[in-house]
Amino acid sequence: MSERFHDIAVIVNGEEVRERVDARKTLVDFLREDVALTGSHVGCEHGVCGACSVRVDGVVVRGCLMLAVQCDGARVDTIEGVADTDEIADLQRAFIARNALQCGYCTPGMLLTAQELLARGGVPSREQIRTHLSGNYCRCTGYQAIVDAVEAVAQARAGTKQ
Amino acid sequence: MKPAPFAYAKARSVAHAIELLANDDARLLAGGQSLIATLNMRLSEPALLVDINAIGGLDRVTLKNAHVEIGALVRYAQAERSTEIARAAPLIALALPHIGHPAIRNRGTVGGSLAFADPAAELPACVVALDGEIEIVGPQGQLTVKADDFFKRLFETALTPRDVLTAVRVPAAGTDTRVGFAEFARRHGDYAMVGLAACARADGKRLSNLRLVYFGVGATPVRARRAEPALADGDVEAAVKALADDLEPTDDVQASGAVKTHLAGVLLRRVTQQLARAPS
Repeated sequence: MSERFHDIAVIVNGEEVRERVDARKTLVDFLREDVALTGSHVGCEHGVCGACSVRVDGVVVRGCLMLAVQCDGARVDTIEGVADTDEIADLQRAFIARNALQCGYCTPGMLLTAQELLARGGVPSREQIRTHLSGNYCRCTGYQAIVDAVEAVAQARAGTKQ
Repeated sequence: MKPAPFAYAKARSVAHAIELLANDDARLLAGGQSLIATLNMRLSEPALLVDINAIGGLDRVTLKNAHVEIGALVRYAQAERSTEIARAAPLIALALPHIGHPAIRNRGTVGGSLAFADPAAELPACVVALDGEIEIVGPQGQLTVKADDFFKRLFETALTPRDVLTAVRVPAAGTDTRVGFAEFARRHGDYAMVGLAACARADGKRLSNLRLVYFGVGATPVRARRAEPALADGDVEAAVKALADDLEPTDDVQASGAVKTHLAGVLLRRVTQQLARAPS
């Protein structure tokens, strides 16, 4: 089975996708070109910028540093799927309210990465938020508003849980 | 950019991986956080990728015979959550949050970091500081290599292209173990400009078995052999001074050699304070 083309079955946002893929195709290119989910963005293509962030089996990974063929049998969630479940509706509203995006290119990756931190519970410090988001570049906002939005959601979620 | 074409095979076992690696121009794929980037940039164009991610049993952290054994496929995020590593390998626990970004740590592996041997990476320096051992399985059988002998030259290790690194073993920390770790990076999670991993035993007011291992200052992890005895005797100033003879960092895109030597001294002072404390 040392071949170039492979048949894969991936659960993308809850639905099974079967496709024949070239081994060299990265996960993010597969999602954008074969599954027509263009919310995951292609930025640097070497793991630095974080625009391609997606979830594989529940954890956020770089979509450019994983091959589609490696996702055979995996569960992949993109910004489209996560947004549809309302899991991050409050975070999306906070990003809009605080102008935590301008061009929006980094936003899907920012949202997924921030949600991974928020899902741990508690209210992270601004320093912890910055550290957690350190692998996601934003060239518009200067990050202040993004940290504000994530912090506000952490506080709000902690408040509603009390 | 996009990778050049290659074939792909999923190894079912270490033996199967070794069989597949016998093919010409085959490369082993673990977490892929360095390899896939180099494929994307076409710095590497292998004919076959041998994916070891599905091999069972390589993703365990175990305590045995006063050693901590970390399987090659243990991912950084998993290592960060490991109570065994926190307790028995506190130096590695200190270094882990500095490795890459959360999404990289969710995927990158301990074995991958050691096998890739980036001179600015954290784990190779930690494993040398801990006087660890690396387990290799290849066509000729199993081999244990001391970390001191494992890192040969720039991106070059004791591994041949046909071998699989299966685990790393470090001595479990005791109550007298002292460790320190610090690095300078442009952005949190990026490769270090200069970094320092240190391990010693508290011996009254002195330190014994002190190992100061710098990364980002040479082709491999670099021990500061003249600074070590000075610091072991408690003379921080002499130790910092000795770094000028111990280290010969070359200028790179991030900093000049002179700046790196200066920063190495700053790190040494910081790590000295950590070495004075018992790990919590």
